[in-house]
Amino acid sequence: MRQRWNRINAWLDHRTGIHKAVRQFLYEEIPASSGWHQVFGSVAVFLFLTQAFTGVLLAFNYAPTPGDAYNSLRYILTELTGGRLIRGLHHWGASMMIVVVVLHMVQVFLYGAYKKPREATWMVGVVLLLVTLAYGLTGYLLPWDNRAYWGTVVATQIAGQAPLVGSYLTRLLGGSGPVGVVTFARFYGLHVLLLPPATLLLIALHVFLVRKHGVAPAPGDEVLPRRQFYPAQVFKDTVAIFAAFAVLFTMAVAVRVPLEQLADPTDTSYVPRPEWYFLFLFQILKQFSGPLEVVGSAILPGAAIVALLAVPFLDRGRVLRVTRRTAAIGVVVLAAIGWTGLTVAAVRSTPPEANAAQVDYSAPTDWIQLSPEELAGVAYFRQENCVSCHAMGERGASIGPDLTRITIHRDAAWMIEHFKRPSAMRPGSSMPPIQLSDSQLNALAAFLLKLNPDNGSALDNTPAFAADGAQVYQANHCAGCHKINGVGMTVGPPLNGLAKRQTRSWVVEHFADPEKLSPGSIMPPYRFSQKDLDNLTAYLFSLPE
Amino acid sequence: MPMGAPTSAANGITRRHFYVGAIYAIWAVVTAALGAPALMYLFFPPKIRQRQEWTQAGSVSNLALDVPVEVAFRQNRIDGWKIISEKSTAWVLKHADNTVVAFGPQCTHLGCAYHWDEGKHEFLCPCHNSIFAPDGKVISGPARRPLDRYDVRIDGNKLFLGRLRQEQA
Repeated sequence: MRQRWNRINAWLDHRTGIHKAVRQFLYEEIPASSGWHQVFGSVAVFLFLTQAFTGVLLAFNYAPTPGDAYNSLRYILTELTGGRLIRGLHHWGASMMIVVVVLHMVQVFLYGAYKKPREATWMVGVVLLLVTLAYGLTGYLLPWDNRAYWGTVVATQIAGQAPLVGSYLTRLLGGSGPVGVVTFARFYGLHVLLLPPATLLLIALHVFLVRKHGVAPAPGDEVLPRRQFYPAQVFKDTVAIFAAFAVLFTMAVAVRVPLEQLADPTDTSYVPRPEWYFLFLFQILKQFSGPLEVVGSAILPGAAIVALLAVPFLDRGRVLRVTRRTAAIGVVVLAAIGWTGLTVAAVRSTPPEANAAQVDYSAPTDWIQLSPEELAGVAYFRQENCVSCHAMGERGASIGPDLTRITIHRDAAWMIEHFKRPSAMRPGSSMPPIQLSDSQLNALAAFLLKLNPDNGSALDNTPAFAADGAQVYQANHCAGCHKINGVGMTVGPPLNGLAKRQTRSWVVEHFADPEKLSPGSIMPPYRFSQKDLDNLTAYLFSLPE
Repeated sequence: MPMGAPTSAANGITRRHFYVGAIYAIWAVVTAALGAPALMYLFFPPKIRQRQEWTQAGSVSNLALDVPVEVAFRQNRIDGWKIISEKSTAWVLKHADNTVVAFGPQCTHLGCAYHWDEGKHEFLCPCHNSIFAPDGKVISGPARRPLDRYDVRIDGNKLFLGRLRQEQA
């Protein structure tokens, strides 16, 4: 067995030279000072390969045309096993990739590793940074939800403002006018067809240059014996990769990436926000207005890119110990402060509407069709913890009967009597009486009557703000004047689609003094607790049109 | 360092072993953590909530007694992330006790469309001469399974068809 294996191995090596290649790669000599500070490049390559892997998996179930893109992503998230994890890995992997690439760059900058003869390595690295950002920009559109759409509208407008090349860029990105199918196809083509092979080529060139010139030595290295890349440095790289992967995996599992509603080009209330790593650019843009806007949108970012490329030519001094490179440290600290300041300012200036509890369409949204009374019933159902005894289809305990099937046999009157005196309606029942008012019991019965084996999942999917908001809605008898999902009166305006008609602050103010905002309104003022107000407005804003 | 420190060369070898072992172990964990979800994602069937959709396919009183009639209707089908409305047909047979049986339109051998042979009172598939009885059972030919049947519901005079199910031989 072993002999046969050796023979196959020898044949393979003779025909391909693979052993020599691997040996040359692993036993490359590196300076004695090499260590933990040089792991970021390997981590970046690992993250790129992970992005490629999860990206291909997503593409297997993704339809790259505007309407279908959204539906197929929802299908990945709600119907496929592991779909949410794969998308989470791809989403957070993108952010992580930016972080690691920047850390890599900061390390090289601090150590002055870009100096002669490594100028070309540095410049290829800068291009790789830009390519990484291009992935972020083009990938942002692909979910085709409101966030993606409006973020891209802003980005393409900015590209159009670039001096000289602006109009050409606009044409290249799908033409002027609203973002549509052409822009989508261009972004998708860039994201999956052009950028990945370009990245592979650039990484190959980058690594080739690193190998050609060797890993940059620190002062003092010339008198110390050189070491081998494998296994000590490979071990350090691997540990760093594992740490990055552990963080990425945890985020993909724990932090849910929402899917907003399908892109709506007519939604004028939407406040677009770019991804966090572009927020600083977004904030710079706000400092300039009118004819000066181009300074923030094109000239400053362009100058920054040129400055980055020119770093090895601006700093041509001898290589110093990192601790003595005070100017470099100063530049990094200033850049970090500037970036943080701009990002914080951008986050703080984000109006609450943009962060409002929106419906997460990456989960089934069957609850959205329930009437306010039925939704309030969901709240009471949770409050009374009915599932501790009753089965809901395949889930829950089996002490009491399966509630998804009970409505076939019972009506509302029976249920309400049963809630009050369980054993009177069902001799021998061990169910405790439910201590709720009649209208609350009505809501609970309304929800249970609506339940069937197919829609039991609505119970799990109802967000807390919607159930609680519907409770407030019921308690204040809003349905006496307003209609939601076809239930209620039409004295006041119907509330479906409210999010399209009014801003959140308008609605909040309107509760306090309806006369002031809509003169002639007969709606009485309402004073809610802050929590009730938040839940009620969030619920009203989640209503479908 | 262990007691009775070995020579530095021996120490170097144990450290080297540790490095190599850790490198393999970590890559095994990372590969498994990426590979397992990927396999589940690719091979597990979608969690489409099966909903019984009933489609109206004509009225019961229009059916002749004990003579199969080909009925055309539109039906919704879930195809990945899409719901497709497509034309389907069924061979519908009414019995004397007013019960109705609806067969899927394809031969269970290789999926050809079969037809009703009025004279012989049997279903005949033109492709390979599979012959089915009016109750769907195979009389002769290469087909191994009886004809597939739709779930049937009758509401007053309206005939509703549901999911197409395979009958086991």
